[in-house]
Amino acid sequence: VIVAVASGKGGTGKTTVATSLALSLAPHMPVQFLDCDVEAPNAHLFLKPEIEQRTLATLPTPVIDEQACSLCGRCAEVCQYHAITQVGGTVLVFPDLCHGCGSCVINCPEEAIREAPRPLGMLESGRVKAGLEFAHGILNTGQPLAVPVIRQLRRWKPPRPDALMIIDSPPGTSCPVVETIRGSDYILLVTEPTPFGLHDLRLAYQLTQHLHLPAGVIINRDGVGDEGVRDFCADHDLPVLMRIPLDEGLASGLAQGIPLVKLRPEYLSRFRQMYERIARGRKEPA
Amino acid sequence: MNVAITIAVVSPDAPPDTHFGRAAAFLLVDTDSGQRQVAANPATSAPGGAGVQAAEFIIRQGAEAVISGSFGPKAYDVLAAAGVSMYRADAGTVDDLLRRYQNGELELLDGMDNATSKSRSRR
Repeated sequence: VIVAVASGKGGTGKTTVATSLALSLAPHMPVQFLDCDVEAPNAHLFLKPEIEQRTLATLPTPVIDEQACSLCGRCAEVCQYHAITQVGGTVLVFPDLCHGCGSCVINCPEEAIREAPRPLGMLESGRVKAGLEFAHGILNTGQPLAVPVIRQLRRWKPPRPDALMIIDSPPGTSCPVVETIRGSDYILLVTEPTPFGLHDLRLAYQLTQHLHLPAGVIINRDGVGDEGVRDFCADHDLPVLMRIPLDEGLASGLAQGIPLVKLRPEYLSRFRQMYERIARGRKEPA
Repeated sequence: MNVAITIAVVSPDAPPDTHFGRAAAFLLVDTDSGQRQVAANPATSAPGGAGVQAAEFIIRQGAEAVISGSFGPKAYDVLAAAGVSMYRADAGTVDDLLRRYQNGELELLDGMDNATSKSRSRR
């Protein structure tokens, strides 16, 4: 079973929820935790795993054999990203525009292009404690392509049939989020009850609809803002699975890297009950 | 000599555009005949690689020199590889720039600040 925690809006509490869900369930079942927010991974700050394995995330990038190249310009013509251009007696490659699609290699009539792995980031994995495994990806600074790093992280740590996989998603609703949440069994949408929270919740909900993924909502910082999120959920049959009230003590503890369930242990059973509700819903589709 | 000037609107009367890759259009001027022609920039709203695409376009149009407010590093590499001279447009109208270009008063970019180490050229 794969549960992904997503949000639309950034800073709503995805990592707070994902790490606390993992810590609540790990004593009862094997849990694999995956932090797919490779642009700003932060779940390790709460889970403090001991990193045991590291591997590079790379993207195949063209290298041109100057001897074999006939300067026909076919590679530049087929490149959708303008990462190769052929001008005068020169072929220029711009690696940071390359998406690694391989079209240049396939289309080169001289077989003058090979691909070399270009590092995009680092994948790390380890153990938080017995029964709670951890992995995340770290995109290199200045590197714009998050999707290949997320894809390689998910391939590197495939879901085990006996374990629950909890995925911490990047914010937003763009390609990195799609890559992160597709193939999940359930999406937890964390939001805050403000017009901005609602705006992005709506987009995130549309994304889950588009991907045919069942979703439920967690309202964080409950008590601020307005009733827009509540009304939206009611109108769209979106279950509100949990409300976490605005609590300054909680915020200051989280800022020190202390997980929600350590600060407020009563949430251990609330997260367990929430997961049971999700799991029941999966067995008995409405 | 075929000279291209980046312009801010697709119109022969447009003011100069301060950027190369995402300029609205190019005014192509044949300095020998005085003939002028406007070509919309196909890369103006490209999701990425606008500089490369605009440079490819202007090379295909036969430009031998380009006048613009600024050139990105990738556009610079492509134009330099094709032997296109780049001149910095600091201020003034299209006509001012053309006159100063013909008098040799515009700054020719020599690449020290512009070339990117990430792109690899050959031959």
